[in-house]
Amino acid sequence: MSALTSPTSTHTPSTNTIELSGLEKAILSDYQKGFPLTPRPFYTLASQLGCTEAEVLACLQRLQQLGVITRIGPVFNHRRAGASTLAALRAPVGQLQDIAELINAYDEVNHNYLREHDLNLWFVVTAPDADHLDAVIRNMETATGLKVRRFPMVRPYHIDLGFRPDFD
Amino acid sequence: MHVISSPPPDQTSAQERLRIALQDGLPLSPRPYQALAQQCGLSEQDVIEALLTWEQSRLTRRFGIVINHHKIGYTSNAMVVWEVADSEVNRLGAAISRTGLVSLCYQRRPDGPDWPYNLYCMLHGKSREEVLQRLQRLKTQCGLQDTPCAVLFSLRQYKQCGGRYAHKRPSAPVKEAL
Repeated sequence: MSALTSPTSTHTPSTNTIELSGLEKAILSDYQKGFPLTPRPFYTLASQLGCTEAEVLACLQRLQQLGVITRIGPVFNHRRAGASTLAALRAPVGQLQDIAELINAYDEVNHNYLREHDLNLWFVVTAPDADHLDAVIRNMETATGLKVRRFPMVRPYHIDLGFRPDFD
Repeated sequence: MHVISSPPPDQTSAQERLRIALQDGLPLSPRPYQALAQQCGLSEQDVIEALLTWEQSRLTRRFGIVINHHKIGYTSNAMVVWEVADSEVNRLGAAISRTGLVSLCYQRRPDGPDWPYNLYCMLHGKSREEVLQRLQRLKTQCGLQDTPCAVLFSLRQYKQCGGRYAHKRPSAPVKEAL
């Protein structure tokens, strides 16, 4: 099994939860949006947090290596930046792993979850335009022999503006 | 000012290269925007201005650290889907968002008689019980006790990465049928 398709259990015992320093918690809480657009952004963070640029970089490197930070960068409004939809299919239990791997292999898929329902594999497909999106989904249907259901967004009421973790 | 050997590329393709370069995130070096600029044939100032423009034009919703919730103990999440009347969907979407109990709330297109759900939200917690407690509070606060809904707990995460709408490869991969 390749690293790409290695599933992450969502029932990791809390004992596996990573110990975070005060500085790491502050960085994670405060910089999910409004990351400084200054020539030396890590220096800007350091001066706001009362530490050195080297300490900030070391923290971020550790958090990225541990997988706590996926990346530092833009989160796009998909509707403005191309075409996207939430999609789902009903994968027969015996074929689940193969189908999940097949869906994962598309560059156009950025989230892919097994959920507790008959309609069990849920993923987000994002493409530069509607035609490309349609072609990818039809390609998935041919490849899996399964109907891919589409649930496009009509209107956002609350979008992901970062998440303030409760570090108790 | 940067020096490039080839003629200056047009701004559109330079911005496209910047989007692609940013898909793996900001490099963790003291001058990350300069490093990106060199990769894309832009100046450091061009990169910073492009990122500001994206934010102002709401092409991006945020610019910052993207956390894997899972790794900090938020191991449980459920997508909750509701079937509400079209005349009520905006009011309820706004009410759900105001509770502060959800990370996302969207109106989505329903899909036939077996999927009448048109309002979606996402609940996170450190355990399944915590997610269910939050759902109970959400129902009480928004008067959703009798609204048809389905709760889809996540069992496995097969993939989670940023939206890669800028593709190095333009067309969908050809797959062999299972």
